[in-house]
This record gives sequence, structure tokens and C-alpha cells, in this order.
Amino acid sequence: MAIIETEDLTKVYKGRVAVDGLSFSVQEGEIFGFLGPNGAGKTTTLLMLLGLTEPTRGKARVFGLDPAREPIRVKSMIAYLQENMGFYRDLDARQTLGYIAELNRLPQDLTETRIERALKSVGLDKEAEKKVGDYSRGMRQRLGIAEVLVKEPKVAFLDEPTLGLDPDTTNRIMELIESLCRDKNMTVLLSSHLLYQVQKICHRVGIMIGGRMVAQGPMAQLAADKLGVGKEQYTLEEIYMKYFQEA
Amino acid sequence: MHGIITIFGKELSDHFSSYRFLILFALIAMVSLITVYMAGMTITKELEGVAKPKFVFLMLFTLSGAGFSLVQFVAFFGPVIGLILGFDTINREKNEGTLSKLLSQPIYRDAVINGKFLAGFALIAVMMISIVLVVSGMGLIVMGVIPGSEECWRLFIYLIISIVYISFWLGAAILFSILFRSVATSALAALAMWVFFSFFVSLGANAVANALTPDAGASDPDAMMQRVRIGKAISLASPMELYTDSTATIIDPMRRTTRSLVQIGMMERLSMERFSGPLSLWQSILVVLPYIISLVAITAVCFAVSYTVFLRQEIRSL
Ligand SMILES: Nc1ncnc2c1ncn2[C@@H]1O[C@H](COP(=O)(O)OP(=O)(O)O)[C@@H](O)[C@H]1O
Ligand SMILES: [Mg+2]
Repeated sequence: MAIIETEDLTKVYKGRVAVDGLSFSVQEGEIFGFLGPNGAGKTTTLLMLLGLTEPTRGKARVFGLDPAREPIRVKSMIAYLQENMGFYRDLDARQTLGYIAELNRLPQDLTETRIERALKSVGLDKEAEKKVGDYSRGMRQRLGIAEVLVKEPKVAFLDEPTLGLDPDTTNRIMELIESLCRDKNMTVLLSSHLLYQVQKICHRVGIMIGGRMVAQGPMAQLAADKLGVGKEQYTLEEIYMKYFQEA
Repeated sequence: MHGIITIFGKELSDHFSSYRFLILFALIAMVSLITVYMAGMTITKELEGVAKPKFVFLMLFTLSGAGFSLVQFVAFFGPVIGLILGFDTINREKNEGTLSKLLSQPIYRDAVINGKFLAGFALIAVMMISIVLVVSGMGLIVMGVIPGSEECWRLFIYLIISIVYISFWLGAAILFSILFRSVATSALAALAMWVFFSFFVSLGANAVANALTPDAGASDPDAMMQRVRIGKAISLASPMELYTDSTATIIDPMRRTTRSLVQIGMMERLSMERFSGPLSLWQSILVVLPYIISLVAITAVCFAVSYTVFLRQEIRSL
């Protein structure tokens, strides 16, 4: 079943096209790798799917709902980890997660256990009493992921979730995402520049360049299309660079 | 509704733990205590051996002890409280990247504005109520006068008008925080608005009134009255004027007839009052009701503009 669907989705900023006639779909339980250079329109697409930005033209559907018309229902099913995310500096990690839980109307008893579990998963349980203002960039990034975990959403939009993390934490986070999809049937839209990691966990990828999606599908198929039939050993990077040079 | 309550709770606890609130509160408490102490002393001294006039307790609030009365202080400085509490409401969250996170949770956009406004409103109410209570307590001690029930009612209405008045400025400040992305710019805009209404509206009203009645001299009382009326009408465009006028009626019922035209001394005033009856409480309420409605209406206008701008605004992290 297609959880996310767009048709001819377009966003124009003051005459500049940020997203250009985008049509793609993401299936339930899938990890969809959203690739593309900076300014390709990935974040804008996510914002339109969340109902935070109004599309200029075209259709967007999440669970069959129009995010522009039913933003509350859509947003209650999606957790969005934004790029350059901000935090309330005067709250500590538990208070931050507690606020998110409260905004999502999580019942009190569920909140506590989920917060502890989320903190443990991202390795912040020892430093949960510190104010977020005193966190390092990597710690904030992990706290952002904990916010997603607390919400336990059906769909997660992760916009460059491992930016600024060390290799070990990156791997742990990627494994965490993978296991959530496997165990909880979560659907993930993952935007990232770490092609090696994306190749490891994503089922399908879409490559966006200049607002258009130039390719989408399983990696093996893209490899067959671009690198020649029957090539067994390929990397996502090869595929990506090929598309990038053609565009 | 749920979103409003959650945001309200967080904002309120933010306010209470902020230095901004602490400093504001200390400042207001200090000024009002000094003002009222001086006023109390003046009243006790002047009234020695004289029969107590009506509403002597209310004079604590209207008599200038240290250069200005408490009512004047609130009229002048109240806007600053509202503006300081609100000028960075939305743009600070925008600049720190927390707004898009907040809005990606399942809440309506207007819940953000409403929750934050209500938190500021609650804070203003707490401040004003505690100050009036403290001042009354001090008045009891210094003057040894117990307020009558009508005086209590009048104080209560005064409180309500003051809270509405300061909340209007809070609403205006929140609007600025939506319109301007930079915190410094919205602070400046708020300051400009305050200065404009504090000084320029009354100056401008006089100028316009003079221009409209060019031949009004001291020898022509009718034309003179006309001029004053025109000036008054124009200056009612200022929320400060609305506030000053309405509180004067409520908390200083004796001064009504002579207020804006003639300056008179305290003893003169007291002796005049022996011959003129005060406006009854009910009449006072009827007089100020339009003023209160006007204040609420301009606050509502601020909100309407805030909603329309904010609901269409593009929110993304940096
Ligand atoms: N508020 C805005 N006004 C004008 N142009 C914008 C705005 N936001 C984004 N853009 C433009 O839209 C394009 C796509 O940006 P974005 O979606 O953030 O790309 P990505 O996330 O893929 O790096 C960029 O060219 C950017 O300059
Ligand atoms: Mg981006």
C-alpha cells in the first residue's frame, strides 16, 4: 500500500522552481532514500508532505489525506526530524521529550517509559539532566532522533539525521532506523548524503536534482539501467554520480 | 484546545523562571511601593483634622506622591510591560529553529499564538493583582483607612481595565514578532509604537484641533470648548488615552467634571467635591464600558492580523 503519494507536486518560490512536477510514492514499511545535492528540493518536498508549506500545484497524499487540508491528522502520524533542528535551550533532555509527548497527547504512563527507552537508544540516558543549551551538536542530533522515537510514528521524515555524528553513532542510528522499520513496520523517508549508509538500509531510492526526480526505484534496477545490465558489484555512489553528471 | 493548554503551560513556566519577568516585577513593585507610600503620607498629612472625604482609599492610587501617581505609572509603563513580554514571541522561535519543530507536531498554528498570548496574559494578571493587593495592604498600614465595598469594586474594575490595556500591548508586540524576523527590529518597532502613542498622538491631536478651530481665542469659550472636544476625540485613537480616560472615571469619580480643563490643588478639590456628587458606580461602569470595548476591539484587530499573517507564513528551519 502506498503511504505517501505525490503527483506533479510543484513549488515555486518567487518565480524560482524549487520542486518541479514531482511524482513518486513510498510503500508501507519501506525505507526510501531521498538523495540529491543541496538545494535539490528535498526539504521543500518534505515540508509540503507535512502541510507546513503549501504546494503551488499538484497533489500530495499521506495515508490518502491531503496535508494542506488535514494537517493535524497528517502530522499526528508523521515524525519530522528537520535539518538544523532547534531546541529550547533551557529544558533538559527529559523535559524536551516530555513536551513533545504532551503535544502529541501521549498518555502519562506511556510517556515515562518511552522517554527512558528513547534516551537509552540514542545513548543520552547518562546526560539527560543537562540543559540542551549545553549539549554538543552531536548530542542535539541524537536528542532529535529521540524525539522521533518518543512519538513512535507510522511514518518518519528524517532530513539528514546523521549530520555531524561520529561514525559509530551514525551506524547505531542507522541500525535503529532499520530495526524500527522491521519491527514496528515504520515507513521512513530518509534524506542523506551518506551514500554508503543509504545503500545499506534503503529499499528504494529517489534521486532529485534541480527540483526534478531523475530516477527512482530499487538500487539494483537503477544500477542495471545506468551501469549496464548484469553488473553485480555496484555502489550507490557510482549510480548517483552518473545521474549527477548527466543532469 | 489541547495544544493551547500545553503551550500555555510551557510558556508560563518559561516566563516565571526568566530574568525578564523577575526584573520587570521587581521594578514595578519598587516603583509602586514608593509611589503609594509617598501618596499615603501626603494624604495623612493634608487630611489631618479634616473630615475624611469620600473615596479616600482610592486616592492612594490617583495622588501623585513621587512626581506621578500609580495610575499614571501604569498608563505610561504598562505598555512597556506588554511589549517586553511579547516582542520576541514568534521570531525568537523562528530564529532558533524551534518553531518548525513545534508546528510539525499535531497542533493548529493559531494554538501557538493563543497559548503564548494567554501565558503573557496570565502573567500580566498576576502582576497587576499582586501589585494592587500589596499597595492596598500598604495603604491600610500607612493611612489606617479600610476601603468600602464600592471602593473595592472600583479597584476591581480598574484591575480589569489595566489587564486588558496591558494585554493589548502584548498582542501588538506578538504581531510585531510575527511581522519581523529579527528580534531587534521588532523590539524597535514596539518601542516606536509606544513613543508614538505616548507623545505624538496628543501633540498631533492638539495641532489638528488648533488647525480646525483657528479663531478660538481666550475670549470665546464656546470655540475653546469646541477645540478641546476635537482634540479629545482625536486623541481617543490612542489606547493610552482610552485607558487614562476610563480609569479616571472608575477610580477617581470626583474629578470627572474638571479633569482636563483646569488644574487645581488638593484642598480646592476637596472643597469642590463637597458640593458635587460623584458618579455612581453603575454610572461609571456605563461610562467606561465603551472604552473597555474599544480596547478589546483593537486587541482583536491585532489578533486578526496576527492570524492571517502567521497562518500563511512559510515556516522552515534556517
Ligand atoms: N523561503 C524560500 N524562499 C525562496 N526560495 C527558497 C525558500 N526556501 C527554499 N528555497 C529554495 O528552494 C530550493 C530547494 O531548497 P531545499 O528544499 O531546502 O533543498 P534541499 O533540502 O534539497 O537541500 C533551493 O534552491 C532554495 O534556495
Ligand atoms: Mg535540505
